[in-house]
Amino acid sequence: MKKITSLLLVLTLVLALAGCGSKGGKSTGDADVKSEGVMTYDEYVAAALDTEVVVETYVQAKQSWWDDKATVYTQDKDGAYFVYNMACSEADYAKLTPGTKIKVTGYKGEWSGEVEIMDATFEIEDGNYVAKAEDVTSLLGSDDLIKHQNKFVSFKGMTVEAAGKDESGNDVAYLYSWDGSGQDGDDLYFNVSLNGNTYTFTVESYLCDNTTDVYTAVKALNIGDKIDMEGFLYWYEGVNPHITSVKAAK
Amino acid sequence: MSRKFLSLAALMLCGIFLLTGCHGQAGMNAFEIPEEFDLSREYEITFWAKNDTNKTQTAIYEKAIADFKELYPNIKVNLRLYTDYGKIYNDVITNIATNTTPNVCITYPDHIATYLTGSNQVVPLEDLFANTRYGLGGSEVRFDSPKAEEIVPQFLEECAFGGHYYALPYMRSTEACYINKTYVEKLGYELPETLTWDFIWEVSEAAMEKDIDGNFSVNGQKVLIPFIYKSTDNMMIQMLKQQGAGYSTDDGEILLFNDTTEELLAGIAEHAANGAFSTFKISSYPANFLNAGQCIFAIDSTAGATWMGTDAPLCDISADKIVSFETEVMTIPQFDTSNPQMISQGPSVCIFNKKDPQEVMASWLFTQYLLTNQVQIAYAETEGYVPVTLKAQESAEYQDYLSRGGENDTLYYDVKIKAAELLLDNVDHTFVTPVFVGSTSLRDASGQLIENTVKSVRRGQAVDDAYIGKLYNDITSLYRLDQIGAGAGLVSSGKADLGKLPKTSVILLVSLAGVWILILLYVVIQAVKKKRNQ
Repeated sequence: MKKITSLLLVLTLVLALAGCGSKGGKSTGDADVKSEGVMTYDEYVAAALDTEVVVETYVQAKQSWWDDKATVYTQDKDGAYFVYNMACSEADYAKLTPGTKIKVTGYKGEWSGEVEIMDATFEIEDGNYVAKAEDVTSLLGSDDLIKHQNKFVSFKGMTVEAAGKDESGNDVAYLYSWDGSGQDGDDLYFNVSLNGNTYTFTVESYLCDNTTDVYTAVKALNIGDKIDMEGFLYWYEGVNPHITSVKAAK
Repeated sequence: MSRKFLSLAALMLCGIFLLTGCHGQAGMNAFEIPEEFDLSREYEITFWAKNDTNKTQTAIYEKAIADFKELYPNIKVNLRLYTDYGKIYNDVITNIATNTTPNVCITYPDHIATYLTGSNQVVPLEDLFANTRYGLGGSEVRFDSPKAEEIVPQFLEECAFGGHYYALPYMRSTEACYINKTYVEKLGYELPETLTWDFIWEVSEAAMEKDIDGNFSVNGQKVLIPFIYKSTDNMMIQMLKQQGAGYSTDDGEILLFNDTTEELLAGIAEHAANGAFSTFKISSYPANFLNAGQCIFAIDSTAGATWMGTDAPLCDISADKIVSFETEVMTIPQFDTSNPQMISQGPSVCIFNKKDPQEVMASWLFTQYLLTNQVQIAYAETEGYVPVTLKAQESAEYQDYLSRGGENDTLYYDVKIKAAELLLDNVDHTFVTPVFVGSTSLRDASGQLIENTVKSVRRGQAVDDAYIGKLYNDITSLYRLDQIGAGAGLVSSGKADLGKLPKTSVILLVSLAGVWILILLYVVIQAVKKKRNQ
């Protein structure tokens, strides 16, 4: 009996791991099957702006909460959803840990190219899924990149370029705020290049404040450094990833 | 960019003012001007400043601090930068509770009204203005300080409420309509001398025509929002003012929810329904659409002028998306062209009270320094601001600057200089809204009426009497406007009825009372025991 039980457990584990591996993330429960009345990711993409959308998705990171409104990065196995200012109590916000499954009902909107769910409500459901960063380095500069909007992604082997100049006219590797007008604690902006094209990436201070490792890591960057990064594929008038991890390129 | 804070700020502000009232009654002793400013001592003061995410403005603040330090080596000014008035407000409120307010702070009069719920938190300035030694143009001041009469009277009056001057104006702006004149003419229209709402709506509707490929005929693109308004609270406030309709009384009675408001919302809904009108909060920055040829009428602050137009020195969209067009800068649309009216806005500076009056004097001297020509002119030139002193406005340096509009697309960017001139030409047509405890919430509510209406029609909902009725109720509740009554929040009273204490405060007070009872009980028992032993 013990042998059979052990075998069953091993089989269950193998199947579970296989499931995770096939989609590049960690999950419990069946993250692919949508409940009645819930859109698939494809249906969400096809939905017109300003229409009501209902999705089941998994919290990947939280950006902010104030006055019963939460902004969160979410993703299922097929795509990602940025949920902006969703109605959320402080107590519920504490429950939104990475992987938490939520059913979100709101309206599809677009703001400066960022497609998002706004004026939403949500309920927590059973299930858990944490997405593994998907390497989209090769898609930079291509029309296909936007298909991965809001996903947790990685960029490999990019080179740090000058982000601007300091008061003395020297090149600097990062800026506080987009033009250097900010101070410590504000968003960090830095430029990275690949194959001759330069892109502006951001450490969003509400997502990763100046006490986080990534904020410190970006402040320690030098022009010419080769780095690997992870973050969320946010959009603002073009791709503007919100970076959550920076490491020396492997 | 800073959208992330905007919607948070709007909601947090209305909640905060109610809470602060409960904390704020405990305060400080009133500030009294010392006989002598003690120059033998060292002072360290904090200055919370707002910039428009503009590196030049940051540099001007830093230079002003350094130059001031040359004059007063014993006063060190620490700069803390913000890009959002709401965030400053939030942080000030938090710091009032802990007596850690900044010394000098860029602010709006509406916000000061809330700060005043803590007694003597903000220093009334009229006695300082008039002080012959350290006041405006005072004999002991080490720089060329403007005299009171050299400050533009309208701008100075905007800082007076509750019987006192609680701030000095720092910069002033208004709103302007930045227009793609090329597209207006392509549509067969000619810009009138004074822009009207009817004209804007008519041209915006005409621009919605599409070709057989589904592109908008006027720009050949799939995207066009002919009319985008950045600040919908200003939109509603100015429309009501121009119509002579109610907004609020001077002492805080809410008049916003009236028939004219309903008519205005119905009109806005009609144009938003087919996409001819949208807002910053719903669609994005008007400048981004304007510069991409996807907007014809973009209304934003004159302090946003450097972002507007084909050759704008500041731009968030990539170069390949920018289209070439002629930009016209006009006053906001009017209902009555014979009586144009537009909002006066822009940062003011207030001084927070401290236990040490000498520290307040150091703050006052630095505040005055912000009104010197070198600071005023330099900062005004960063955007479509105007200096708040006649002394700076009339100076040869500033006049030379104005005369050189269009010489280049940086310092002399013509759209920016036209925007500043627009305000200079219309100072007498500007107005401000009444200041009282809760006036910030009323302002936010007025904009939210438009935001909700536009969102609703875009989502296919009907905007009818029932909708408006529910909207009025929802907004009243959201911004707690039913708790702002006539006279209840008068700044001049300083004793506003601020409602129930929060639960946490009640618990704290009950706990304190309990501890005192136990202490007294202990003392009594000990005394009885002692007596018995004797």
